[in-house]
Amino acid sequence: MSTQTVELGASRSGEPPRSLEAPSLRIGERIIKALLWSAATLSVLVTTGIVVSLLIPSIAFFQQVPLWEFLTGTVWAPAFANPSYGVLPIVVGTLTVVFFATLVAVPVGLSSAIYLSEYASPRVRRIVKPILEVLEGLPTVAIGLFAFAVLTPLIRQLTPFLPWTGPFSIGVAGITVGLLIIPLVSSVSDDAMRSVPADLRQGAYAMGATKYEVALKVIVPAAISGIIAAFVLGISRAIGETMVVLLVAGAGSPVLSFDPTKGTQTMTAYIGSTATGDIAQGTITYDSIFAVGVLLFLMTLAMNILAIRLVKKYREVYD
Amino acid sequence: MSETAQSPPVIPIARAVQDRVNPVETDSANTFDLQNVRVYYGDMLAVKDVSMGIHHNQITAFIGPSGCGKSTLLRSLNRMNDLIPGARVEGDVLYHGIDVYGPKVDPVQVRNVIGMVFQKPNPFPKSIYDNVAFGPRLQGRKKNLDDIVEEALRGAALWDEVKDRLKDNAYGMSGGQQQRLCIARCIAVQPDVILMDEPCSALDPVSTGRIEDLMVELKKTYTIVIVTHNMQQAARVADMTAFFTVSANDETGSRTGMLVEYASTSKIFSDPVDTRTENYVSGRFG
Repeated sequence: MSTQTVELGASRSGEPPRSLEAPSLRIGERIIKALLWSAATLSVLVTTGIVVSLLIPSIAFFQQVPLWEFLTGTVWAPAFANPSYGVLPIVVGTLTVVFFATLVAVPVGLSSAIYLSEYASPRVRRIVKPILEVLEGLPTVAIGLFAFAVLTPLIRQLTPFLPWTGPFSIGVAGITVGLLIIPLVSSVSDDAMRSVPADLRQGAYAMGATKYEVALKVIVPAAISGIIAAFVLGISRAIGETMVVLLVAGAGSPVLSFDPTKGTQTMTAYIGSTATGDIAQGTITYDSIFAVGVLLFLMTLAMNILAIRLVKKYREVYD
Repeated sequence: MSETAQSPPVIPIARAVQDRVNPVETDSANTFDLQNVRVYYGDMLAVKDVSMGIHHNQITAFIGPSGCGKSTLLRSLNRMNDLIPGARVEGDVLYHGIDVYGPKVDPVQVRNVIGMVFQKPNPFPKSIYDNVAFGPRLQGRKKNLDDIVEEALRGAALWDEVKDRLKDNAYGMSGGQQQRLCIARCIAVQPDVILMDEPCSALDPVSTGRIEDLMVELKKTYTIVIVTHNMQQAARVADMTAFFTVSANDETGSRTGMLVEYASTSKIFSDPVDTRTENYVSGRFG
C-alpha cells in the first residue's frame, strides 16, 4: 500500500486516499484464465491433428495415383486385382444422398419451425420442442434399420412404376437421412425465428398482416441467417452420415449412376466399410481411405464457406 | 350510422353494421364508444369498467401512472391484445357502432382499419421503401407503388430526408426518423385510426417535437389515440385527455387500472374534478 500522497487526493476527512491497487494477486482468476485458454487451444490442436493425420496418408496415396485421375475417374474399384481410383462414383453417391435429404429436410424442417415458432401454443411447444431435441440424438443405426425394414418396402410398394432392383437404394438412403436431419433443421431454424425481436412481429400484426404473412414476410427474412445455418448444419450432416447409408444403400461396389433406385456407395460408406481390421497399413487401399476423407473434409468446408457468404448476403440487420 | 361529412372510408368491416339487428345507439361524432370495457390477463383484471367516447378527427390522450392500464386499453381497440395468451376483453368496444369483438369481425381487418405505432421504433430490417410498401403489398395495392410510398413518406414528414436513399436499410436512420417511418408505414395501410403507444418515449426532445407537429397535422385525416407518460405532451397535442390510475388489491397483489376522469385537455389540466387527477397533473403524484 502506498501512502505517499497526502496532498494529491484530499479525502473527506483529511486522511490519505484509499489505495487503488489490487488487494491480492487474484490467483484464482489467473488459474481459470489458463484453464480456459488450454481448452480453447486443445480444440485447435485436435483439429490440426486430424487434418495432419488425414493429409499424410493422402500424400502417399497421391504419389501413386495422380490427383487428376482420382478426381475425374469414373470407376471406383480399389480392392480389385486391377484397381481403379476414380472417386466420381462415390462422390455422386454422396451428392445423391445430399440431394434427397435436402429435398425432404428443408421444406419439412422449415415448415415445422414456422409452425413451432409462430403458430403453436406455448403448451404444444413445451411438448414438441424437447421431443425434437431427443430425436436429434437418436442413434442413426436404429434409424437405418427402420429404413431398411420398413421404409424401403413401403416406398417400393407405393412406387411400383419405378425400376427397383435388389434390396438397396441410394434414393431411399437420402430420404432417410433427410428424415434424420429434420429435427436438427427444425430446431435450429425455430431458435433463429424465436430470437427475432417481438417488436417486429407486433409491428407486422399491427399493419393487418395475417399470421402467415408475418411468418413469411417478416420473421423468416429477419431470421434468414440462422435458417441458412440450420440448412448447412443439416446438409453437412447428410454429407457425413455413414450408418444409414451403409444399411440402406448397401456397401456393394459403386457404379457411376444417378439412378436413385439402385444401391451404391457414398464416400462415407466407402470409408466405413473399408476401414476394417484386416486392412494393412501402408497399402494403397489404406491410403485411399484418407484421400476420400480429405475430399469429404474439403466438401464440408466449402459448404460452410458458402453458407457464410449466403448469410452475409441475405442477412437483414436489426439492432 | 348517420355519418355525413366525415364518413370513414368504405371498408369491409363497415358492412358488418348492416348485419346487426339492433345497432347500438352511439354518438355519431365518435369513432369509438367504449361501454364498460374490462380487460383481463388470465384471472387478473387489468382494466376495469371503462366507458368513454373517442371523437372523430381528434387526438385523445391516455395519461396516468405505470400499470394504470392505459396501454392495455389502447391495445384492446385494435385487438392487439389477441396476441397475448390469456388476454380477454369484456364489455363493448364499438367502432362506429360495430363491436370490434363481434363474431363476424376479423382481427386482421380491424388492424387494417385501426393502425398502431409503438413505443420503440420497430421498422422491419428492410429498406426504407420496402418498409412503407409492406402494407400496400399485403393489401394487393401494387400499382403505382412508388406514388403510394412517396405519399406516405410525405404524410409522415419524412420524404425530403429520405427520398435519395429509399433503398437503404431502415436501421441506418436516427431514432426519430425510424419512428416517423413507422408512422409512414402505418399511413400507407390507409387506416382510419392511428393508435400511438408512447410514440416519443425513446426519442430526444427535437424528434419528439417533430412527431407532435406531425400528430396535429395527421388528425385532419385520422382519429388519433395516444398513450403518453409525458403530461406536457398530452397538454400540447391532445384535444381530449383521459386520466387513469391504478389500485392494488392487497390480498391478491394484483393491480387494476381504472379511468378516473375524461374531459377536454384544458379542463383536465386546469380544472380537474377529481383530486387524484389534480395531484397527478400538478406533479404531486406519479
